[in-house]
Amino acid sequence: MATISLKVNEKSHVVDVEARTLLVELLREHLRLTGTHVGCDTSQCGACTVWVDGKSVKSCAMLAVEADGAAVTTIEGLSGNGKLHPMQTAFHTCHGLQCGFCTPGMVMRATELIQRNPNPTEDEVRHGLEGNLCRCTGYHNIVKAVLTAAETVRGGAQ
Amino acid sequence: MRNFEFHRPQSVADAVTLLKGNDAAKLLAGGQSLLPILKLDLAQPSDLVSLAKIPGLKEIRSEGGDRGDLVIGALVTHDEVASSPEVRQRIPGLAALAGGIGDAQIRNRGTIGGSLAHADPAADYPAAVLALGATIVTDRRSIAADDYFTGLFQTALGADEIITAVRFPVPERSAYAKFPHPASKYAVVGVMVAKTAGGVRVAVTGAGSKVFRLTALEQALTENFAWRAASAVEVPPGDLRTGGESSPEYLAHLVQVMAKRAIQACQ
Ligand SMILES: Cc1cc2nc3c(=O)[nH]c(=O)nc-3n(C[C@H](O)[C@H](O)[C@H](O)COP(=O)(O)OP(=O)(O)OC[C@H]3O[C@@H](n4cnc5c(N)ncnc54)[C@H](O)[C@@H]3O)c2cc1C
Ligand code: FES
Ligand code: FES
Repeated sequence: MATISLKVNEKSHVVDVEARTLLVELLREHLRLTGTHVGCDTSQCGACTVWVDGKSVKSCAMLAVEADGAAVTTIEGLSGNGKLHPMQTAFHTCHGLQCGFCTPGMVMRATELIQRNPNPTEDEVRHGLEGNLCRCTGYHNIVKAVLTAAETVRGGAQ
Repeated sequence: MRNFEFHRPQSVADAVTLLKGNDAAKLLAGGQSLLPILKLDLAQPSDLVSLAKIPGLKEIRSEGGDRGDLVIGALVTHDEVASSPEVRQRIPGLAALAGGIGDAQIRNRGTIGGSLAHADPAADYPAAVLALGATIVTDRRSIAADDYFTGLFQTALGADEIITAVRFPVPERSAYAKFPHPASKYAVVGVMVAKTAGGVRVAVTGAGSKVFRLTALEQALTENFAWRAASAVEVPPGDLRTGGESSPEYLAHLVQVMAKRAIQACQ
């Protein structure tokens, strides 16, 4: 067992984990943050995407012990004061989800994408979401949601 | 996944000590190849030695001024290479290659040292280091790219040897073209072309059991740097993999097409 300390959604935690514990297992099973999903065994689907120190990573392809000292943000930490993040609102209004399984990972990656590139082209959005698979929507409405959220956030910043 | 001891040494020397004499110990860099392997129980190390806390492995720097080599630390991520102003200005073909590896999440964690140590036959960086004539720098020596890749997932690295950096001579021009596998983005075929003062070098990844050079095309391009040269190129059949999803004929054709695109992108 190793003792690690990390911040998750601004809250500090000190936890004992086995070395082999994946970050996603720490989040879901130890901290009960089940918004982060597991959709595959091969590190391809992106349903488990969270931010570690502000960067989106697949939490099924990182050990919990590697997050010692880091600040992790999950989908539960994205909204503030009971208000949805503009990305979440845009997924809702643009019908960017059907079953919703891929959505937490999609939203985390898409939000990092528009933070790094506030005015992306459609092509950049599609390329930027290559690590997130959706089996329902056919992606069109997801892309529309990301472009809409980018516009909202740009408008808000002016 | 079997449990293991986790170590975070603070120096390369300490990491080597942890590896020495323990065949069941493995290095961990970005984990983007190793963790998927461990999750499938394809490897069961007793110890994982993380490089994350070792200072000095995350630098990108130019040595010896404007004309000097570009040196990239082993722990620099694919995303950091892709977005580095220094790499984009000095070797734009290398920055573009790194920006096309896998997906954004993989690029945020995966490292150049990990990719080269893993030596996946369909990985992108091997084509860059071979075409650019780079040098793999380890804790104990320097290995020329031409001597580094020895076979399928095989390299010249010793069991307890650690890549610390990769040294790239700066070419006049270079470009990479890949036909990505639609699911993984690994190269079905990828071709890197580099035009240097000393001649042209061409490296092919994906098509064989390891990355290889196309010397016939190199000679043709050194005489006349024109994309049509790639039409005449025959890939030695022994270099092509067999038995996969793609036939050798298809791979050979893709090599020509990707070579033409890379040559055009150089001009
Ligand atoms: C979904 C997916 C898609 C991908 N797509 C692509 C792609 O399109 N193109 C591509 O090229 N790659 C692709 N990859 C692989 C990715 O680029 C990995 O990041 C890379 O192969 C390994 O780097 P790492 O830092 O993650 O190494 P790790 O996984 O940590 O380690 C890999 C191996 O290298 C050893 N090692 C690590 N660092 C060193 C070092 N400094 N010295 C000596 N040995 C070391 C480890 O012991 C291990 O055996 C993909 C991976 C995934 C999961
Ligand atoms: S669960 Fe599929 S990528 Fe992590
Ligand atoms: S909405 Fe069902 S997987 Fe994307």
